[in-house]
Amino acid sequence: MASVGPTGAASRERETPPGAFGETAFRSLCFGASMVLMIGLAGLIISLAIGGWPAFAKFGFSFFTSSEWDPVADRYGAAGPIAGTLITAFLALLMSLPLAVGVAIFLTEFCPPRIAQPLGMAVELLAGIPSIVYGMWGLFVLAPWFAAHVQAPLAASVTPGSWLERAFAGVPNGANIFTASLILAVMILPYMASVFRELLMAVPPQMREAAYGIGSTSYEVVGSILIPYVRTSAIGAVMLGLGRALGETMAVTFIIGNSHAFPKSLFDSGSTIASTIANEFTEATGELHVAALIALGLVLFVITFGSIAGARLLLGQEKYK
Amino acid sequence: MTAPDKTLTTPTQTPNRFERDTRRKIINMVFVVLATGATAFAVGALLLILYSLVVNGLGGINLAVFTMDQPPPGEVGGLRNAILGSIIMCTMGMALAVVVGILSGTWLAEYGDGSRIASTVRFLNDVLLSAPSILVGLFVYEMLVRPFHGFSALAGAVALAFLATPVVTRTTEDILRLQSGALREAGMALGANRGFVIRTIIWRASQSGLVTGALLGFARISGETAPLLFTSLGNPFQSFRLDQPMAALPTTIFQFALSAYDDWRRLAWVGALLIATTVLAINILGRVLTRGSTHK
Repeated sequence: MASVGPTGAASRERETPPGAFGETAFRSLCFGASMVLMIGLAGLIISLAIGGWPAFAKFGFSFFTSSEWDPVADRYGAAGPIAGTLITAFLALLMSLPLAVGVAIFLTEFCPPRIAQPLGMAVELLAGIPSIVYGMWGLFVLAPWFAAHVQAPLAASVTPGSWLERAFAGVPNGANIFTASLILAVMILPYMASVFRELLMAVPPQMREAAYGIGSTSYEVVGSILIPYVRTSAIGAVMLGLGRALGETMAVTFIIGNSHAFPKSLFDSGSTIASTIANEFTEATGELHVAALIALGLVLFVITFGSIAGARLLLGQEKYK
Repeated sequence: MTAPDKTLTTPTQTPNRFERDTRRKIINMVFVVLATGATAFAVGALLLILYSLVVNGLGGINLAVFTMDQPPPGEVGGLRNAILGSIIMCTMGMALAVVVGILSGTWLAEYGDGSRIASTVRFLNDVLLSAPSILVGLFVYEMLVRPFHGFSALAGAVALAFLATPVVTRTTEDILRLQSGALREAGMALGANRGFVIRTIIWRASQSGLVTGALLGFARISGETAPLLFTSLGNPFQSFRLDQPMAALPTTIFQFALSAYDDWRRLAWVGALLIATTVLAINILGRVLTRGSTHK
């Protein structure tokens, strides 16, 4: 019975070692830090909702369907920028997807390792170049070239009144929906290519070896083994690229022409949600104008959040299991 | 599986098989050519961009770019106020992002791990990683600019911090997960508590990786334009006041590139070249650092 005292004391001492308070504090500090981001995200949604509310309340559903964007009359309909955002992002994806897949396949399958290593790293580095650089290139190099060598000959060769003429109609200055998509495509290309490359490199070598071993050609290995193997993650990567293209601001703002009307042709000038906000926000004076721009921001958030969240769900499936 | 083999080796089937194999080979060749062509095209396009960047930017680089403030159109000047403003705001943003990011990354890797709340945080952090930066600008405008009736460098720094933190969080978690469990067990076996082990052993062992995370975050925000447009706004003069608008290299480039003046446009190219080289250099440095740590 006498021995109970000392052991009891010892176990109590072990329960509260000297650093226990520090441990709890450190743990809470770490937890608090992760909550800061979550609170930030919640704050972002709430502040966009509150800021944009007057516009939603005033225009209701016509905010999405009307394409009349008129700061002078204080009437705002966002159909033009919303359509511009979706069209440019999908066109960009359409152009860069085959190229990105081609680059990734070349780097992992055909390229000698000695070149593949630096080339792969170069592609990854290019994915980090700020978008304003791409935007400047689009404004000063691509747009003039496009106007002189694509738009002008096309305008001269199509028969007036035909559907072709309507599809390619536009001010011949190179600043239009199509060139904006082109710049976006160039911008998301290295990003998607490096994600695809990582996916392909993660395929177990036995799969490849087995397929080559029964006499498959490279095409058959890629088409029936590698691509099916990475399919889910690859769709995730595509949606991640789409998310980037949807929310991209600077590269597009330089070159899209900034008109709020609903785009009527491929070479028509237009606007995206991000470019509209970037152009008008600091100059918006009317209460309702600011609210309409913030409401646009909320729409953009919902669109991109949807595609990025979907992408992460598809991509993350094998990562943390 | 023997039956088809037999039919293939019968004389009547042989030409068919050759035909099929030739077709397979041709398809394969077309495929290889297409993939190679795609690479050539993509690399070519990107080299073209870098080429015009160097050609247009290099000629304008001189001492004045670093020693003089931005000029009125038609006069000699540089980008000093913009460069310094960018450095100030990025450093402040990074200071915030590194503290929050490393702590939250540590929580995800060491404490939260597989719990439901940790998976949620991880997921939302990944979403924030690629969220449109212009929305962050709007958010900080609503939080810090509108209530205080003025654009400020501080608001710019907060917006940048909001963009860099997810990057730091993500790399911190990834790096800490690479450390072996034996390290943690060894520390705890000596009687140290968990936090002490993390701070003195795990963090120290992942030092280079943590620096890489910070560098990647820095690279991400140093070229950001959109979130600064409505937070720090820009300032034609050199300013060190955090409660006042401050110039930044990307916003100045934006303003100059869209102007009608040739000398402003030249300065915009110089600025773009400076930003692109800085970002490339930081990214390469980050990679070199982690390569050292994985070889150990």
